[in-house]
Amino acid sequence: MTAMATATCMQRQRGGDLPENEPAEHERTHNVRPADWRNPVPVQRYDLVVIGAGTAGLIAARTAAAKGAKVALIERHLLGGTCLNIGCLPSKALIRTSRIYAEMRDADRYGALASPGIPADFALAMRRVRQIRARASRSDSAQRLTAAGVDVFFGQAAFTGADSLSVKGAILHFAKAVIATGARPATPSIPGLAEAGFLTNENAFELSEAPRRLLVIGGGPLGCEMAQAFCRFGVRTVIVQKRPLFLPREERDAAQVLSDAFARDGIEVRLNTRVVNVRAEGTRKVVDLVSDDYESTVTVDAILAGTGRVPSVHGLALEAAGIDYDRRHGIHVDDFLRTSNPRVYAAGDACLAHKFNDTADASARIAVQNALFHARRRWSSLTIPWCTYTDPEIAHVGLYVRHARERGIPVDTYTVPMHDVDRAIADDEETGFVKITVDEGTDRIRGATIVARHAGEMISEITLAIEARIGLRRLAHVVHPYPTQAEAIRKAADACNRARPASRAQDLVSRSLHWLRR
Amino acid sequence: MDPITSSENEGLLDDVERAAFDYFRHTVNPANGLVADTTREHWPCSIAVVGFALSVYPVAVERGWVARDEALESSLTALRFFRDSDQRGAPDSTGYNGFYYHFLDMRSGKRIWRSELSMIDTAILIAGALTVRMYFGGETAREAELREIADQLYRRVDWRWAQNSGRTIMQGWKPESGFLHYGWEGYSESIILYVLALGSPTHPPAPDTYEAWTATYQWENLYDIDFLYAGPLFIHQFSHAWIDFRGIRDPFMRAKRSDYFENSRRAVLVQREYMRRNPGEFIGYDEQCWGLTACDGPNAADAGTANAGRRLFGYTARGVPYGPDDGTLAGWAAAASLPFAPEIALATMRTMARRYPEMVLDHRYASAFNPGLIDSDGRFWISPGYYGLDQGIVATMIENHRTQLIWRLMRNCAYIVTGLRRAGFAGGWL
Repeated sequence: MTAMATATCMQRQRGGDLPENEPAEHERTHNVRPADWRNPVPVQRYDLVVIGAGTAGLIAARTAAAKGAKVALIERHLLGGTCLNIGCLPSKALIRTSRIYAEMRDADRYGALASPGIPADFALAMRRVRQIRARASRSDSAQRLTAAGVDVFFGQAAFTGADSLSVKGAILHFAKAVIATGARPATPSIPGLAEAGFLTNENAFELSEAPRRLLVIGGGPLGCEMAQAFCRFGVRTVIVQKRPLFLPREERDAAQVLSDAFARDGIEVRLNTRVVNVRAEGTRKVVDLVSDDYESTVTVDAILAGTGRVPSVHGLALEAAGIDYDRRHGIHVDDFLRTSNPRVYAAGDACLAHKFNDTADASARIAVQNALFHARRRWSSLTIPWCTYTDPEIAHVGLYVRHARERGIPVDTYTVPMHDVDRAIADDEETGFVKITVDEGTDRIRGATIVARHAGEMISEITLAIEARIGLRRLAHVVHPYPTQAEAIRKAADACNRARPASRAQDLVSRSLHWLRR
Repeated sequence: MDPITSSENEGLLDDVERAAFDYFRHTVNPANGLVADTTREHWPCSIAVVGFALSVYPVAVERGWVARDEALESSLTALRFFRDSDQRGAPDSTGYNGFYYHFLDMRSGKRIWRSELSMIDTAILIAGALTVRMYFGGETAREAELREIADQLYRRVDWRWAQNSGRTIMQGWKPESGFLHYGWEGYSESIILYVLALGSPTHPPAPDTYEAWTATYQWENLYDIDFLYAGPLFIHQFSHAWIDFRGIRDPFMRAKRSDYFENSRRAVLVQREYMRRNPGEFIGYDEQCWGLTACDGPNAADAGTANAGRRLFGYTARGVPYGPDDGTLAGWAAAASLPFAPEIALATMRTMARRYPEMVLDHRYASAFNPGLIDSDGRFWISPGYYGLDQGIVATMIENHRTQLIWRLMRNCAYIVTGLRRAGFAGGWL
């Protein structure tokens, strides 16, 4: 239960047989925030100063250093940022274990003997999460960054002028800077919530015990991923979402398929429902809900706020450098990721609407190229896929059909349900589909949504095709290993060829058949 | 097997259509014209079912099942009730701004179940009112009164208010909490709603509302069939009860070189392809046995469902290819698709009735059945009682298949014609 978990956290601070005393946590701490670290003496002027050492900051620093630039990297908290420490990576590790439990319980579906009543060991799963975090922390440790030619500073950065900033009393001058301070969980303003206590991704991975009952506020990607993972550890889970549509940004069928999958898992999804009050009663949290004119109350042991993320822009003294920003959208940038200060660029969650690891990575590369090497790369020219790592996963790239229609772009969509794919049948992973949208009457790919167990792995083929301007028909000629679930993409390409064969190709086929029949 | 003669087909259709019509006769409250949502005990009135009742009264007259005067009286009673109903929009009223609460008490006609003021169900009620308005064209005072009341009811509906300053029409409203809107996502049964709204001479919605609604359409190639996608079959049927979509096209269908009638035929083909594949391995599914649509369904608490081994969905909109699907079929869905794919639908009606005669006793379709859920007495699950919506769509669509009666009436309805034109429909009979 949460109170117990909180107590465990407090015990941790007193030492003992606790997670932070594990070798894995020691190793991670040593890599991402060495206790004995001493900031270097700044050089006279850096080619590039990077503020924030999450995904975007690390990529920016490494990319610039690899090209020979003199680079400083400033981190307020932990190297690796959200992704490594409290975001993508630990959540995927936890999701992996939760999938194992789900499969064990469902073993008879796969022709294996099910073992009823398998107890889920949350602490064991979390130990694995910490081991994986430690392992991942090796590649971007303070020591390795230093070896790569990056001056690593720990401390809060604050601009002191258009081309300078301070960190722990030291002044760093720069030719160019990249702000990559990331984002932090948005805190819902619900009466009583702060007093009762709640989890976010920042502290959920510190739990050593799973709560018995969990309320997830917000049905976005993070909330959905964590809700399903916790549910599969045996936690009775309720998702409460203000908006009436489940996953409102996603393709409707994708949301429908996931909604059904959640129902199978036993997750209760309450849409069009607001949390109006929270109060602690002993170790429990009593949550009042309102849906239209219906009021109800649920009692849980923990609350997870999955209500989005807000850019981290506080404490940077951005005004001193003439950098425009606001607290909701973060740093204002143009299509070249340049801020209102021409020396300063931004990358990642601090400035982007799409707060994903891959977008942070891509934006950092663009920012460095534009800042240091006079490139004119545009953010809008990128093809950006994204994936929600639920089971099944939902991956998307390019335009949604509704956006195409809003822009007056006529489109056709080729749909292949996963139940038409042999490998999906063999794997008993038939839930989902591949939908590929093309310009009407052509095979130019505009976008795709994939819902499948491994949709995140499959979407890259479509991203590549869009980026390389490969038409859908051509994908029919790409040999896909049989049997694989990615064959669904080839089947969509086959359907496109059958529906609208290229005129020259059809002409050839007709001639050949005519010749054969002579 | 002997070929089935056309007279045998006519006999079958006559029996099914008559049985469907009888639902309304048996469930109407003659004092106020309200019709029960289902035959289950103490069930309230659904305003959409009243709309279907009004739509089939002319059918019954033409087929000699009731006298014209009786049908006129039933229609007038219902229309008078709605005209005189409490329109204050209070929690216990009947309606507001020309719309009506979805479920009403059968006797008092007041709101029940804290139901919502329903835009689509009001549209179906109004479509029924306009159907009798077009049919009862006689010179008698009572027929004139009927026409006048139907006109009043239609003109009273404030479609603009129902937009709530948005681009599309909201889906509901409650006195306790205001508008309900879950967003329009893709093709739905609501063409009739938008056409009626746009045809209004008094309170039409903004002219671009139809375009805004259709902006969420998805044209898909599924199982090698190109169509405007919607999973449940009823979506491909309901607006067709009143509007003859053969050959008329809105801008979307013009661009796709199709029409909504042809689209509904393709929806039948998609349904059959799904059934042939039967990804859920459900008992009874094949190309001759289909019908995933909005219908009743088994719940976990029902007898015989303990060993279902899967989730059961109760009353819900079942669809292909993404479900929900728990092995529950609506036998009536084939009958309601008769105009679009007559040979397929007739063959399916016969096959399903032969295999599962219990789900169509005395020629009246149960809302649904599930051939894979067997109780301790060896009987498969059948929805108890009957639903008015099912009977309404069966009767109207069989009649449209046989004589196009309702289509012909509504093709001459100026409001429908205006609404279609304002939505951008052109061509064909329009």
